[in-house]
Parts: sequence; C-alpha cells; structure tokens
Amino acid sequence: MATSKEEFEARLQEFVGLEIGAPEVGADLVNEPMIRHWCEVMEDRNPVYTDPAAAKDSVHGGIVAPPTMLQTWILDGFDMATPEKQPMNKQRELHAVFNEQGYTGVVATNCDQSYDRYLTPGEQVSGTTVIETISEEKATAIGIGYFIETRTTFRNQDGEQVGWMVFRVLKFKPSAQPAAAPAGDDGAPAAPVRLRAPRTHDNGWWWNKIDEGELHIQKCGECGVLRHPPRPMCGECRSIEWTSIISTGKGVINSYVIMHHPPIPGYGFPIACALIDLEEGTRIISNVVGCDLDEVHIGMKVSLSIENVDDEMKLPLFKPAQ
Amino acid sequence: MRYENDLRDRAAIVGIGATEFSKDSGRSELQLALECVSAALEDAGLEHSDVDGMVTFTMDNNPAVEVNRFLGGGHLTFFSRIHYGGGAACATVQQAAMAVATGVADTVVCYRAMNERSLNRFGTGIQDMQPEPTTASAHFGWYAPYGLLTPASWVAMVARRYMVEFGATSEDFGRVTVAARRFAATNPKAYFFDKPITLDDHQRSRFIVEPLRLLDCCMESDGGVAVVVTSLERARNLRCRPVRICAAAQGATNEQQMMTGFYADDITGLPEMGLVAKQLYATAGIGPEDVQAAIIYDHFTPFVLAQLEEFGFCGRGEAKDFVKDGHIDSGGSLPINPHGGQLGEAYIHGMNGIAEAVRQLRGKAVNQVDGAEHMVVTAGTGVPTSALLLGADG
Repeated sequence: MATSKEEFEARLQEFVGLEIGAPEVGADLVNEPMIRHWCEVMEDRNPVYTDPAAAKDSVHGGIVAPPTMLQTWILDGFDMATPEKQPMNKQRELHAVFNEQGYTGVVATNCDQSYDRYLTPGEQVSGTTVIETISEEKATAIGIGYFIETRTTFRNQDGEQVGWMVFRVLKFKPSAQPAAAPAGDDGAPAAPVRLRAPRTHDNGWWWNKIDEGELHIQKCGECGVLRHPPRPMCGECRSIEWTSIISTGKGVINSYVIMHHPPIPGYGFPIACALIDLEEGTRIISNVVGCDLDEVHIGMKVSLSIENVDDEMKLPLFKPAQ
Repeated sequence: MRYENDLRDRAAIVGIGATEFSKDSGRSELQLALECVSAALEDAGLEHSDVDGMVTFTMDNNPAVEVNRFLGGGHLTFFSRIHYGGGAACATVQQAAMAVATGVADTVVCYRAMNERSLNRFGTGIQDMQPEPTTASAHFGWYAPYGLLTPASWVAMVARRYMVEFGATSEDFGRVTVAARRFAATNPKAYFFDKPITLDDHQRSRFIVEPLRLLDCCMESDGGVAVVVTSLERARNLRCRPVRICAAAQGATNEQQMMTGFYADDITGLPEMGLVAKQLYATAGIGPEDVQAAIIYDHFTPFVLAQLEEFGFCGRGEAKDFVKDGHIDSGGSLPINPHGGQLGEAYIHGMNGIAEAVRQLRGKAVNQVDGAEHMVVTAGTGVPTSALLLGADG
C-alpha cells in the first residue's frame, strides 16, 4: 500500500495524547517473596528490603520494596514473550502502523523513572500509559526511524500516585546489518575493540616499538631534524635515511576534546583526546587517562604510559605528570 | 609567489538546478544527479547536447559518463573530478572556468548529488576504515585508535585551541547557527524552514565532541545541486542574467592534511583559505571592502569564524565580535549564507551555497541582500580547499 510520508506521519500523530488502554493492574500485590527474588538477582543487599528486623529499626519501620521495582509490579509475565497473544491496545496499534510501512525494528533507548515514595507489601500497583510524543523522522546508526515516548503514571489501590516512568523506543527500518562480530574461541561474540592503525613500510617500525614499550620519534639521518608522524623522506633535506630517538614521554597539552557522540563500540566514550607537544618538539595525538575528564586542560603537563587497551593492542597514552 | 591568475571574467555561471533537500530522498543518487543537472540546463536555456564538459567531486558516486549517458547527452571533451571532500565544491567551477577559458570545452556542468543522510553519513567518521595499509588508512591510523575519528572531533581540536587563544566561547559559535537558522526560517526550500532557534537552544543542545554541541554541526542531507558554466561572452546571449566568475582558486599549504592539520606551529587558523583569499582578491582586483555578502562554508561553526578572519572581513581573533555585532545578519555589513547555509538549508557539500550566490547576484534570492554586486563563496574547511569570487553582470 503506497502511503505518502505526509499521510503516514499524520496517521502517527493521531496517536499522540491517547491512553493506550485501560490501566494495567498488577497481578500480585506488592509482596516479600518477589522483593527477595528481585534483590537476589540485582545483588542488592540492603536489609530494609529483605530483613524484617533491620527494616523495623529503619526509618521505614518495616519491609519496603526497592523503588526501581516500580514497573515490575505491572509487567505481564511470560505472556510478554508471545506478542501475538497480547490483547490489542493503542500502543500495539501504533507499532502495527509502523510495521506496515517497513519500520519493523524496535529498540528501547531511554527510560526515566521518578518515585514519589517507597511501596510497602500489600499495596496494589496499577499503571496508566499515555503516548506522549512521536518525533520527526531520525536517521540513526541502526536505521531511519521515529522515537516514541510513552508516560506511565503509577498509582496504588486508592488512586494515589506513587511514581511515573517515561519510556522511549525507536521504531526503525532496519538498515543492512554489519557483519557479525568475529567469534572468540568459545564461540561467544568477541568484545568490540578499538580500530587498529594499519602498518605500512613507513610507520610499521614505530608501532613495533610501541609494542616493545617504547615511544620513538623519527630523526633524519642526514640533517637530524625530528619528525612525527613518521614519513619516508625529510622535508628539510630530502634525505631518505633516518634513525630514531626514544622520547622522554614528557609533554604539555596543546589542545584537547571530549568524545561523546556518536558512541563507537570499543572506546567507552566519553574519553579525552589530546594534541600533545612533546618535550622534544614534535606533536602526537593520544588519550589522556588517569584523571577526571574535567581536569584535562590546555597547558596541562602529562607523561607517557604505554598501556594495553585490549588483549592485543598497546597504545602510548598520557597521564597527568607527577 | 604570484597570486593573480588569468581567469578573471573569462567564464560565467548561467544555470543552477537543485532537487528538494531531505533526510531520505527515496531515490537513487544517480536520479538526483540527473534531476539537478537537467534543472540547471533548463534554467540556462541550454540543451543536453550542448554539454561537453562535466566536473564533480571524487566523493560523488555518479560518474560523469553515466550522468551524460542517461541525460541523452553528446560528446564530452572535458571531465574531471576533484578530491578532498567539501574542499572540492568551488574548485568544480574553477575547473569548468579553466576549461572554458582555454577552449577545452564550451559548456561545463558541475554537479554533486548524494544520499548523504540516508545512505552514507559522513558524521560517523572513519569507523569503517579499511584495514589495508595504504597512505590514507595509515594516516587515519594516527587518530582512529584513540577515538578521534569523526569530522566533528577534528574540528573540535582546533576549536578548543581557538577558544583559548582568542577568548571565544561556545555562545560565540552558537551565534553563527542562530544567524543561519534565522535565514533558513524564511527560505521555503530550506530543511529548517520556519524553524528558527535561540542561543539558549544552542546552549542546551548536547555535546557531540566537546567543545562542539549538536547545533554547532551542520545537518546531513540528501539532495543534488548543479551549475552550468560557459564563456562570459556566450553567457550574455542566454536566458538568465549571467553571474561572472571574477576569480576562482584552490589552496593547500605546507603541513596541510585532510582535517587533521595538527602539526603547524599555530593550529587556530585556516592558512589554505588565506591562500585562496589572496588569489581571489589579486585576480579580481578588489578587496574584502568590495564584497557585500558571502557564502561561508559552515559544516562546523568554529571554522566560520576563522574564515571571516582569513578573508579579511575582520581582524584575527575578532570574528566573534564581528558576529556578535550582527554584521553577518540580514541588514548587516556582510550577510553570510542568506539561504540558511548548511546549518539551515541543506548540506550538499557546499554546492547549494554556490547556487545561492548565483540567485543573490541575479537579484532573485528569497532573502535578497540589497546591492549585492560581489560575493565570496568558500568550500570545505580544514581540508585542501577552494573558493570563488562571483560578480553580478550588467
């Protein structure tokens, strides 16, 4: 069925502001066994959730439920695994509209929750969910799609509000998937790693020295000028003869940035990248590690630390100078 | 060094054409190319069979022979591609003018058509860098392992130093976007038509690479733009008021790199743009005081400031005040990017800016700058680059 983008988006907007259906009521009252199971799985050892004596002496005066369990009290249980068995509601209708147009993928992107107070055993939680916003079309790393935000208001059996949740999902057209990550020996997908520096006839020796734990600076074999990154010919005297010196690894930050977006697997953003003036006079790009990101500044003195960033790759990194 | 060359007033832009600008064109890049080239020829009042030259970017995915073939064109005597990303934009017109001036070709089409947003986003950087050890991959190997692998990150490194050297702030960068979005808001062809922003919106936008925020980065777009170049003499007999190519130049300097020129003594300037500016002024025989409006390549806001300085529109380090004082706005002494720029109209790798300069110098732009006689148009920054000095005719 050919639908123009305008028609499609107009249809989407009809859902904004709608309650998805009747309030979802928890199948079980807030209860101690479910609290205990949750705390075990989450490894939450706080005794006010599981130890009646400790809870009695606390400000709560008895067992309370962990606030972050809020949504679990109204979740559907095993039926969630078989969406076709779920009754239709406005949220599922909206997803069906997306699916028809090829936006078949769905991924949860954000969840904000707010808790008005602790819940205690015996309360019955229900949640009312409203489709709050649908974004304009966005291009993301996994495909083009729309962000849908729903707001669920949680109440107890007396209608008292106990918390809320804003849940954001992306409904997207799956783009061509990148090749699966290479599997490790045990068959599990390998963890993503940083990009490697390709090694050429011109720079391979330099990276080999890093592997050996030394930061070298190329030096012209004829006129003695130092240069980085390495290159085949001296720009001062055209000599192709060269040697190298070992850097003291002492430097000063000339400039720096903090990488945030897009997130790239293997790097653990946010991280600091810096342009460092080495004592010898050459410059090098690296990461500044071993301090808070907000401590990094232009003019900061740093010193070399050659470290493994994964199982195979060593990089010359820099830390605040002692 | 000689800055003057022989291109002054030898050729003119006689036609412009564009597709709509979107986030997902829904058709091939080839179709976009054919549509915009066809529209440019229509605008010029020329036939497809008149075209004997074609120029595009090395990054464009539409070979000249394919575009010519599917247009039903004739013989080509000149075809060329220019490297270095957005730095190629104005050089396409320079090469067309050179071809026309030397008689190598009579009618040259310059085009750039891309599904940059829906097919191949540049903003994601070099994550898909090839592992083969070539000169290009080895070069990026000095940055990629540290995570410094997006265009925003390379610009941010220079921007941070610029801020400290000259006391510029994030708000100074933000004013560039606010100005661009103000123009875009009244340009119905702009992606951000009717969507102006405030400085607060800029300051609240998230960091992409500190110190750059989301609203310091241009948008990513699908679309195509083409321009037609022929001799000035012939141009005067065609349908539209010609736009003279008063000067055109490329520039790359010592220690030039592709976005990663971190090794010059002073990293805060754009010396390649300074080199281009000197050639333009020397060739055209005019100076910055004779320019009434400009198209300043705006993929990232900090380099807009540096370009204003390199072209002598203000002194070194003074661009933040130049912008703050409203010179670049409507009614200012040098309105820039009256179409909304790549921050507001679309990111077509600088080619939509050339088309806007043509509209301005014909006197037919949507946000017309009164008395626009000469305009500077610049191409990609932080890379080997190019620029034009265009003039109204008659």
